[in-house]
Amino acid sequence: MTIPFAIIAVLTIAAAVGAMMLRNLVHCSLALVVAFVGLAAAYLQLDAQFVGFAQVLVYVGAVAILIVFAVLLTRGGEAPEKSVFSSSWIWGTLVAAGVFGMLAWTINNSFASQREPAEKVEATVKQIGDALMTKFVLPLEVIGLLLTAALIGAVIIAMKEEKK
Amino acid sequence: MTPLVGYLLLSAMLFAIGLAGALTRRNAIIVLIGIELMLNAANLNFIAFWRFSEHPEALTGIMFVIFSIGVAAAEAAVGLALIIAIYRHYKTSNVDEMDSLKG
Amino acid sequence: MVWIVKNLWLIPALPILAAGLSALAPQRCRKLSSTLAIGSMVVSFLLSLCAFAHTLQHGGHGAEAKEYFNFPWFEFAAGSAGVLQLGWVLDPLTAVMLVMVTFVGLLIFIYSVGYMAHDENFTRFFCFMSLFAGAMLGVVIANSLLLLFISWELVGLTSYLLIGFWYHKPSAAAAAKKAFITTRVGDVLFFLGIMWLYSQTGTLLFYDNGAGCLEQSALAGMVAKATGIGMAVSTAIGLLIFAGAVGKSGQVPLHVWLPDAMEGPTPVSALIHAATMVAAGVFLVARVYPLMGAHAEGAAAETSALQVVTWIGAITAVFAASIAVAQNDIKRILAYSTVSQLGYMMMGLGVGGVAVGMFHLITHAFFKALLFMGAGSVIHGCHDEQNIRHMGGLKKFMPVTFATYAVGMLALCGFPLVFSGFWSKDAILHSAHGWSVSKIPFLLGVAGAFLTAFYMTRQVALVFFGQNRATHSVGTHSTASHSTSSKVGDAVERVPTDPHESPAVMTWPLIILAACAIGLSVIGTPAWPWFQSFLGQHHGETGFTSDVISLMALSSVIVFAGLGVGWWLYGRKPIQKAGEPEVLEKLPLGMHAWFAKKYGIDELYEMTVIRFNAWSAKACAFLDEWVWGGVVLLVSYAILGCSFVSRFFDELVINLGFDQSCDGVTRGGKFMSRLQDGRVQNYLRIIGVALVVLVLFLIWGGGK
Repeated sequence: MTIPFAIIAVLTIAAAVGAMMLRNLVHCSLALVVAFVGLAAAYLQLDAQFVGFAQVLVYVGAVAILIVFAVLLTRGGEAPEKSVFSSSWIWGTLVAAGVFGMLAWTINNSFASQREPAEKVEATVKQIGDALMTKFVLPLEVIGLLLTAALIGAVIIAMKEEKK
Repeated sequence: MTPLVGYLLLSAMLFAIGLAGALTRRNAIIVLIGIELMLNAANLNFIAFWRFSEHPEALTGIMFVIFSIGVAAAEAAVGLALIIAIYRHYKTSNVDEMDSLKG
Repeated sequence: MVWIVKNLWLIPALPILAAGLSALAPQRCRKLSSTLAIGSMVVSFLLSLCAFAHTLQHGGHGAEAKEYFNFPWFEFAAGSAGVLQLGWVLDPLTAVMLVMVTFVGLLIFIYSVGYMAHDENFTRFFCFMSLFAGAMLGVVIANSLLLLFISWELVGLTSYLLIGFWYHKPSAAAAAKKAFITTRVGDVLFFLGIMWLYSQTGTLLFYDNGAGCLEQSALAGMVAKATGIGMAVSTAIGLLIFAGAVGKSGQVPLHVWLPDAMEGPTPVSALIHAATMVAAGVFLVARVYPLMGAHAEGAAAETSALQVVTWIGAITAVFAASIAVAQNDIKRILAYSTVSQLGYMMMGLGVGGVAVGMFHLITHAFFKALLFMGAGSVIHGCHDEQNIRHMGGLKKFMPVTFATYAVGMLALCGFPLVFSGFWSKDAILHSAHGWSVSKIPFLLGVAGAFLTAFYMTRQVALVFFGQNRATHSVGTHSTASHSTSSKVGDAVERVPTDPHESPAVMTWPLIILAACAIGLSVIGTPAWPWFQSFLGQHHGETGFTSDVISLMALSSVIVFAGLGVGWWLYGRKPIQKAGEPEVLEKLPLGMHAWFAKKYGIDELYEMTVIRFNAWSAKACAFLDEWVWGGVVLLVSYAILGCSFVSRFFDELVINLGFDQSCDGVTRGGKFMSRLQDGRVQNYLRIIGVALVVLVLFLIWGGGK
């Protein structure tokens, strides 16, 4: 475990915990942004530079903004007097802990995670572009369609209803 | 380089935290945030396994993650639009009160 | 089979049909009911004349001229002994009774139209009267003891209904009850006799081709057997049957109901308690005469039930006549007179045979009905006054009634030669004189004749002679009210109102009956004993032997003596006012009080029989309420207890079993429904758990 990884890990986890536990919704989304940035740093460390920057561009630049907009649009001016957690939060926490326990145990006991990394990995944009246009052209087109559909769907769903 | 297990454990922890938030918070937007965290944890998992795989020149992991990011974005958009529409109808974003699917 | 014999049933059936139709008609159809009654009686009378003519031409002499028609009624066991048969018989006895009953009945019905004209229950009256007439005719024609008993009971019922016709009066209701219960005592013994007879002979038919119970073979069998007390079975059965006759004909000791029966309307008294129903007892004895007279070979003819019949008849004759001497109610005198004359009839049957008794019955029917109807006319004319001490001098107000009443009275006394009563009573005395057992019945009969003449003279003198002693308390009896003639104001006024003659519809029957009372004497005189030979009495002597003439002289002397004493005491110096003391009260030893109190028999019965009856009724009520009722209560409590236990158990079972399982289901359902609360986070949690479980399965279960 190298130092940078440790710093990144701690940062990301702290941000994630913060995103899940802060009372103010805007604080939550900002913590989420920090978590996204930490993940991007992890991607960079893993020699997946394109993905890291794509992560920042898409997640931080679009999804987080979207979340902030949604928070602002659903405020209603109420200050949450009641707890932000549901009444049976202990069960959810237990389930999540169980899932984590199961995952951790699986990870530790599998030999798939005992690999050694390759020496040098190159994932240039050109290679990615080539792969997108040749090998992965179908998923590319499909995701284009998906994004279009999602865009139209989101607009229609969120549109104000016609007053009769 | 940190071993694969480290990255995997980080990913598992992020996933669990995202899941915990999705299962315990009352606000629907926070649930969506949790889901985004879970997705990101899965992405990290993919990249880590790609980096430590035998044929990284196949770029499989990167491709997957690129598409995953795209899908996650679309899904976040639609989900938030839904939350806004629900908020307009129910005047609340408290998931505990959205129980009209009660059987 | 001759038509008339086969259809003899029509004679009683028509009046019963008329009664049924009258019962259905509403109260206001008075003309309809009286027309039905009278019409049916007219037709029955014509049919009776047909039957009578038939017996006449068929060689009516001798008792063998019987024609009968039997039919099975119902079977209750296989074989001929298990079939109950009914039937009717036409013989001279039946024929004369039929003619008498229908003729007298018809006249009384016509009389009632006038007498009951102002009664509001006119329809009911004629309905009951028709029913009675039908039942009486049924008694007459019956060839089966069972059919006779059925009609006998029906006669008793209608008597009850008619005595208590004005049931609002408590005295009338009590009298009806008394009549019914007293005759019931006789009827129970009668029924025992019937059952015994049936068990002995296996048949209840009188005449059935040699197999009937009055025919030779059956009689021989019964005479031969002896009961435990040394009497022959035939005698015992005869006495039991006679007990029924004692009740119905008012002989001592069951005579107590007849005087009280005068509470009924006068036509009822005339028809039922003078001419027909009380004669049914005499008729019964005449009908079963072969049984009564059956005796063992070699024994004298008088060792049979007929002895008892004679004694009771003779005692009754004198007993009732002595009471009649001291009575003041016009109808009661006649009632006791009827009891006395019935005693004579029984005596006549006992000593002389069927013809002697029946002759007196026939003649008595006519003049007693005449006397009762005359009394009714007097009561009607005196505005419902019945006490003879309050009457008097009616001779000039009601001439027709007086004339007919006088004829009847003389016939009853037995005034010589002209009136039928003389001949019939003389026949009885003649036979009693020749009775080999004892002369006492003869002496009792003579004494009775004297008393009869005496009290009748007293009655006629007090009612028709002297001056009117009416006290004019008008309006006391509202039940038999009639609108008087226009001379009377309304009931409140106390104006002396003169008695008036009755309307023609009432007087014409009187005249006809008076004619018959005289005319019937023709058929029974020793000069031409047609009646005796008609009814099979072969020693009806023709011609006037010295015996006969001396007896005729004796009875004439007795009658004149009675008339003379009566006239001397009452007619010579008639009493002026009602309050004057009765002459006879001067008799020594308080005899008059005894007579007036009817020898205290009623009180004796009250103290013994009635008290015992009430006590046993109380005992039965106690038994019923506490013993049987206790058993029923116990059973009901037991069932209650069972039901309580079962409810308790049931509730426990429900609570423990069913309710709990229902609760379990409900709880399970509630629990299960929490899985579907519509909250997405819960669904997600479950997915998470499922994921963990699945992975664990894969790792430990299936995978490599």
